[in-house]
Formats: sequence, structure tokens, C-alpha cells
Amino acid sequence: MSIADYSDRIPNNVDLAGDRKLQRALEAWQPHFLDWWQQQGPVDFQESEIYLRTAISVDQEGWAQFGHVKMPDYRWGIFLADAKPDRTIAYGDHLGEPAWQQVPGEYRGELQRLIVVQGDTEPASVEQQRHLCHTAPSLYDLRNLFQVNVEEARHLWAMVYLLHGFFGRDGREEADELLHRTSGDRDHPRILGAFNERTPDWLSFFFFTYFTDRDGKYQLASLAESGFDPLARTCQFMLKEEAHHMFVGATGIGRVVQRTVELMRAHDTDDVAPYGGINLDTLQRYLNFHFSVSLDLFGAETSTNAANYYAAGLKGRFQEESRADDHRLHGDEVAVPTVADGRITTETVTALSALNLTLRDDYAADCQKGIDRWNRILAPIGRRLLAPHIGFNRQVGRFRGHPVTPDGRLVDAATWEAQRDAWLPNAADQAHVASLMTAVREPGRMANWLAAPANGINGRPLDFEYVRG
Amino acid sequence: MSTRTDVAPLGPIGFDRDPSGYRHWSLAVDGNIATVTMRVDPDGGVRPDYQLRLNSYDLGVDIELHDVVQRLRFEHPEVHAVVLTGGLDKTFCAGANIQMLAGATHAHKVNFCKFTNETRNSIEDAGRHSGQVWLAAVNGTAAGGGYELALACEDIVLIDDRSSAVSLPEVALLAVLPGTGGLTRVVDKRKVRRDLADLFSTRTEGARGRQALQWGLVDAIAPRSSFDATVAERAAALAARSDRPAGPADAISLRPIDVVDDGRTRRYGHVTVAYDRAERSAAITVSGPGPEHAGDAVERLRAEGDRYWPLAACRQLDDALLHLRFNEPELGTWVLRTEGDPEAVLAVDAALAAAADHWLVREVRLFWARTLRRLDLSARTLITLVEPGSCFAGTLAELAWAADRTLQYDDLDGEHPPATLTVAAANGGWYPMANGLTRLQSRVWGHDELVGEAMASSGEPLDATAAAAAGLVTAAVDDIDWDDEIRLLLAERAGYSPDALTAMEANLRFVGPETMETTLFGRLPAWQNWVFSRPNATGPDGALLRYGSGTRPAYDRTRA
Repeated sequence: MSIADYSDRIPNNVDLAGDRKLQRALEAWQPHFLDWWQQQGPVDFQESEIYLRTAISVDQEGWAQFGHVKMPDYRWGIFLADAKPDRTIAYGDHLGEPAWQQVPGEYRGELQRLIVVQGDTEPASVEQQRHLCHTAPSLYDLRNLFQVNVEEARHLWAMVYLLHGFFGRDGREEADELLHRTSGDRDHPRILGAFNERTPDWLSFFFFTYFTDRDGKYQLASLAESGFDPLARTCQFMLKEEAHHMFVGATGIGRVVQRTVELMRAHDTDDVAPYGGINLDTLQRYLNFHFSVSLDLFGAETSTNAANYYAAGLKGRFQEESRADDHRLHGDEVAVPTVADGRITTETVTALSALNLTLRDDYAADCQKGIDRWNRILAPIGRRLLAPHIGFNRQVGRFRGHPVTPDGRLVDAATWEAQRDAWLPNAADQAHVASLMTAVREPGRMANWLAAPANGINGRPLDFEYVRG
Repeated sequence: MSTRTDVAPLGPIGFDRDPSGYRHWSLAVDGNIATVTMRVDPDGGVRPDYQLRLNSYDLGVDIELHDVVQRLRFEHPEVHAVVLTGGLDKTFCAGANIQMLAGATHAHKVNFCKFTNETRNSIEDAGRHSGQVWLAAVNGTAAGGGYELALACEDIVLIDDRSSAVSLPEVALLAVLPGTGGLTRVVDKRKVRRDLADLFSTRTEGARGRQALQWGLVDAIAPRSSFDATVAERAAALAARSDRPAGPADAISLRPIDVVDDGRTRRYGHVTVAYDRAERSAAITVSGPGPEHAGDAVERLRAEGDRYWPLAACRQLDDALLHLRFNEPELGTWVLRTEGDPEAVLAVDAALAAAADHWLVREVRLFWARTLRRLDLSARTLITLVEPGSCFAGTLAELAWAADRTLQYDDLDGEHPPATLTVAAANGGWYPMANGLTRLQSRVWGHDELVGEAMASSGEPLDATAAAAAGLVTAAVDDIDWDDEIRLLLAERAGYSPDALTAMEANLRFVGPETMETTLFGRLPAWQNWVFSRPNATGPDGALLRYGSGTRPAYDRTRA
């Protein structure tokens, strides 16, 4: 690729055309990325033309340019949100100091690790979802899947830009490793366990984009507060795209709920499975599962790493600057839900040590908003979906090893196990959902198990050919 | 006695001395014997809060001694033995001044002891390698550092006047160790039995005459009446062993070192130090020889004297190291660079090799050896950058392996002259480290084949790829990474605990065999600095502060 091609081929606002160092690094990396996309990305649709949104700049017009494009030709770009002049670090020991425009050597290792862990999740989700293209319930949904996929891949680019641009040789090696680990690979798995599970079906995909991508949103939001300004600005722009992924999840689940309500009414029954729908109980079990495993992604409630990252100014809290406290948190305390003496109680710990909990609480409150929206659809039939108790089905943190029911009772292990199939997706749920997974390719038509969306993409009608060929 | 620890920090300390300005020492040369007499000016301390009574010393006294040792080697080829004696009645030397130590910062104490040790090593070095043997004429009591000064000499004659003693009273009186190698030299150099050494080192009164001789603490004793004669006789015997010339042929004069320091840059003729206070580092750049330094080494020394490149550059580097050690304690990383023509460095090396038997040429090489050892022993992170336009060859290539990390510029685009590293004969044993190994051996310790391959490549400029493959540099870093790597390395290093870095570097630098020197600079300071940071020595009730106050120290009795 010649220098003249860069800004056209790789839309960016980081002066790629003038940055030989970055060009050289990307030249070496980009062919590996394309190989990865062809091998690990959405199989069988590499030659199709997809109606995709491409960001060619960060401004109002530029960030969402729509058009049909073959995915391998997608113009993955590198964007940082506009710089805030004279930005200062908003918390921790460096509070009030100018934000860093270069990696502070003191925190090189930690920052690189944070970026690598974040970066590793981005291609992982593409890998997890690579088989879903065979069973999309509509062209509209198929297109949304691909949009999510290319944007996750762009988020990989964003993290790779940081590694290439600021971390020297180590950074380049880590950028290569991001392509060499693979979700679910026995020898070289993705870093976080949850990203090694295949997304088995579209219902899971919707729940994943609602709950697990929302974890990503909160991680990005806390990195968007980073004192390392290029990371902060990168994440600020990524959040804009991430919002679409959660939209896919929120509306996807909403459409399933809507269809279930329609079928319940039409057939005057709770059991809509025989009519090709998904029962509310099944939805509740999927919700229980995805909510609880997503909580695990926040890590242990108390964490010295999180405290260190905060004190060092590397990773803030969600919307750090709008919080009314001293942003140092020395001496502050919070109550951590925990299990002690055979009951669920709280333990008081220092606020600095409990930042994972703080972020998780913000996340859980945000999740509830979507649940409330689905419950408005359910209101006419007098039913509800409920977020399970935060102690339910946890493998990480204070509740690990403690059998807690969805409604928050501590029970013995045998009691819990006996109810597992009532609380978590069971074999029958999975078999039924799997039976519904057949591709619908006719423009405008929807699979029977979910309702049509309220609107098409970018003002296009629902029967628009979102995916061609 | 004062118990203050809040003494104002010292101003900048200079190390360049002129004999006309000595306050504490005098030098007399008689034939092939020099007599160096210590008569410390009590009011000549570098800080005003103590008096240097009883020939006690501080850094200023030792800087002058360092100058004496150095000048005797370069300016007095005819001196074959040196008699070190005291200029006071009944006292040879009382050791380091206690009030000075009590009021010194921890860092100053450590630096002071290190410099004093280096000077004492250079006394031994002169005897061993320069044909200039030192004899201690202990004409009065030598306590603590006073006895340690005598221990640095090859021969110790103690006056047997029934009262003068040698002693190491530090443990008993001050709750610290003898800080300049007393314990090690007693057992390792003088081979005093360790049980007797234990007995000696806990007896405040030390050992007098016959007992001192019997235990091996001194080599000879003599009563007042025959003391001078005994000393003269033994000095003459030592002088007779020397291979130095009989007359003052080719003696040179060490003129003042020209330096300009504006607070951002310190410039010598061949050495430049750039301070980066934000990054807490100093970049030391050594410029290689120019064409005017080529040619026969003896001829050049006769023509240029102390301006001959290998001598001038070494003096400047030595002065820069001492300056940075004492006056810039927060610049924790030294970045070592060179600039010039590697071939010219090799040509000077070859000239030094061709005239290796000449006493003055030998001194030049020995001086490089000492200065490079001073670099090894500096409590700073050392990073060497082999860049385009640098001249890391032969003698200057030692800087590449003295470093904790060595990065070599790998020019993928061929836009610059290649950055090369050239092994040469000088790297095969001219400049042994404290552990007795070459820097090359220390760098690849346990891989003799790499040493062999490197020496076999002598004279061949190695580019980054070749040097990295040969294990001679830490990494070949290409041009796109160069600035980032260095910036990150320096910034990351600046973020770590200086104490942990000093300790780690000291552990990694001196691989392989333990020698008396590694003991002096490893085991001794490690234990001494532990003691220095413990309340039993330096706490408000500790011995160092209570000494002489009339109040006994209160010890925490826990053995740790």
C-alpha cells in the first residue's frame, strides 16, 4: 500500500499519512488481520455486499456513512474522539495533572495490559459469533450481526493503533498476539474465559449484545476516563459504536418478547413453543444466565489491581467527572454484598478497593432499564422478566461457591442443583431454540420467533436488501 | 556532642584538586621514596558543623588523598614506594569523623564510604600494578578508618610505644561496621584468624605492639627510637622491587580539568553530560579521539601530556561520574553514548598496546580500568545506546557491557551510517571488573563460547543484528521503535524504587567469582547500609547519635 492510499483506505484522524512509524507497523499487521478476518470472521459471506455503516471521521456526518460493501473491503478506520484542550486527570494520585499524551513509563506495563485485555475481547466476539450468519432470522438481523462484527473488528484496530503508536516493539508483538489467540482454542484461547464460549444461537446473541457488550461498554467507559489521553479518546469514540451493539440486543430481545406476547394472545396459552415461539420461562432462564456470567466479567468485588489503576489514573469510574466526591477516595468506605455466617450480608471495605463493585453496580442499574422496557411490552398480559439476584450463579467474587437462588436466598447446594433447570437454560430450552434457528433470506420477512423491528436501517424500509448475494 | 541529623545538604562537591591547595596532606619526595603525611586541618571539613580533630577525616580529606594517589602515579615515575604517615603526635588517624557521619544523609554516608573504598583500592592497585608500593608508618593510634587506611597499604609498621594501638572499635562504640574494608582486609588480605579477628573487632582498645604483630594485624613494630629507620629500611626494600623508571623521564602534570556547567549541560573537552531532571536521567556522551590523537602513544603523551585523548577523556569521565554520584543523586539513570570514529578508537587502543611496557602508557590503561570500575560500582541504572555516529569499539566498547541494558540502533532504511559495536583486544582483559572478569565475560557469564566468538570477531564492526545474535547487546531496535523504546525504558525505570533498582543492579552486575573487591563493594555495603538504616545505629537513641553524649545507646535487643 502506498502512502497516498493510507488515508483513503484506512480512514483516520491520527495523521496516518504522516506517521511512517505507524504505517510500517500497520503494513506488517494488516495482512494478518485480513487473514484472520477471512478465517475467523463471518464464514461464507465474505463476497456478499452488506449495507454497512462506516466511520470516515468523528464528526456528525462522517461517523455513519452507509453503503453496500464487501466485508473484506470494509474500511476499518482509526479514530479518536476530538481532543479536549488542556484536559487534566480527573481522579487518583495524579488528580489535576495534565493528561498524558505519551505513555507514562511508570505505568507502561499496566496500561499495555489493560489495552491488551480490552483488545482481546474485540476479535473474540467476532469469533464467537462467526456461525450465526447461517441462521439469521432476517436480512435485517444478518446485516446487524455483520455491523456488530465489523465494528468489533474496528475496535481491535483501535486497540492495535494504541499498541503500535505508543508501546514500541512490545506493543507490536502484543498486537500480533491479538490475532494469534482464538476464541475457544485449546492451546491459545482468548484471555477472558467468557470469550471462549461459542455464541450458540441468535437468542444468545441478543442476550450477549445486551448484557455482555454492556460489560464492554462499562469497561470502555472507565478506560475513557484514563489519564492516558489517546486511550481515553479512543474509547470515547468506541462507545458511540458500542451503543449500537446494545441497541441490537435491547431491540432484539424486545422483538422476541413482543412475538411471544403475540403468540400467547393468539393461542391463549403460556406455552408458545408448539407455535414456533419462545416461552417467557425460557427467556427468563437466558436472562438469568447472561446476566450472571456478565457480572463475573467485572472481576472480584474487591481488587487491588482496580485500586492501583484508579490511584494511578489509568482507569476511572463510570462518568467519573460527574460524580460528587473528592475523586481520590482515601478513607471512603462502601458496603460489599457478601456471604458470612451462612447468610447474605454486607461487609464494609475501603472504596478504593471496591471499584469493581462500583462499576458493576452502575452496570446492573443500567441493565435494569432494558428489563423495564421489555416489561412494558409484557404489562398488558401481566407478566414480568426479573434480573436475578447478584449472588445467583456466580463463579467470581464473594458469591462464588455459595448457592444463591434468583430471588436471593442462600440455599444448600443440593437444593440449588435440583432447581438448576428451572433457573438456567436447560436442554429442552436449548433444543427448542436450536430448532428455531433457520435462516430467513427473503427481504422484509422475519422468522416466526421474533417480531419485525419498528424501523429499518438508516431510514431504509424493512424489505430493503440489506445483504446482497 | 551533637545529635543533629538536620544538617543542610552539602553544596556541589568538586573533585579536582591542586597540590598547592591541599589542606590536609603534604607530599615529600626523597629519591625513590615519597612520604605522604596526613595532618588534617580541624577547621577544614566540608561542613561547618564538626571539627576534624585527631586526624579524623571527611570526604574533603579523602578527595585530597585520592588526588595524591593519582598524582604520584602520573607525575612521579621516580617514586617507587610511598610512606603514609601521620603528622600528629601519638595519633596516626582516628578514622571517619563521627559527627560528620551522624549529621550526614544516608545517601552521603553511602557515597562517602564508596569513594573512600575506591581510593583505598587505588592505593593497592598502585602497589600491585604500577610499581608504586605503599607502606603505612603508623606512628600513633590508628582507630577504625585510620587502621583501615593502613590496611590498604602493603606493609604496616606500628610504633611500639606501649600506648599506640590499631583498632576497629565501630561495633562496640558506634554500632556500625568498619566502613572501608577493615573486616575483609583483616581476614582476606592479612589472613588473620577469624576468631582473633572477632576478638579484635570487638575490643575498643584494639591491639598494641607485640600483640598486633602476633595476630598479624601489622607487619612490623618498632620503638620510637628506631621507628623511622625501620620504616626507611622497609620502604627501600619495597622500592627495590619496582619496575618504574629511575628518573622523572616522561612525567606529566595533571592540569586542572576544564569544565563548564550551566545546570542543563556539563561540558568537558571529550565528555558531555546532559541533565534531564524531568526524566531523572543524565546522558553521558564520550567523544572519541580525533586525528590529532593518532600515532605513537609515548610520542603523543610527550607532546600532549594530560591532553592526550585516552588520558584526558578518562579524567573527564571519572570527574563526571563523581560529580553525578555526589551532586545529582536524583538522576537515577545514566545513558551512556559515544560519538566519533570507531576506527580512531581502535587506532588509539593499538598505540596503547604497542607501548604497553611504558610506565605512563600503563598508567593510562590502569586509569581506564579504575574509572570503568567506578562506573560499574555506581548506584545508577546504566543504559548504553549504540547509535549511528557512535564509536563503541575497543576501550569504549566497555561502556556497552558496563551497562545494565544495551540497545543498538538497527537501521532498516539505511538512512544513517550504521551503528556498530566493535570488539577488540582491549575487551579481552585490559580492564577487569571487581569480580576479576572482563565486562564481556560478565555479560555472557557461563557462555565462554560467546566470549570466544566475540574475541574472534576482533576489529570487525558488528551491526545491530550481528551484535544481538552474538549476545553482545540486549536488543537490536529498529528505527521505528528507537525513540519509543528509549523513552519508555527511561520513564519506566524512573518510576521504580531507587533502592530496589540499586540492589537489583548490584546483584546482577557482578556475576561469578567473589573477590576481595566484590566483598568490599557488595557484602560490606549491603550489611553496612542495613545497619545504617536501623535504629540501633541511627535512631534517636542509637549509638551513632549518642556517641560521646554521655548517654548510653538504647538497643532493640532483637536479633534480626
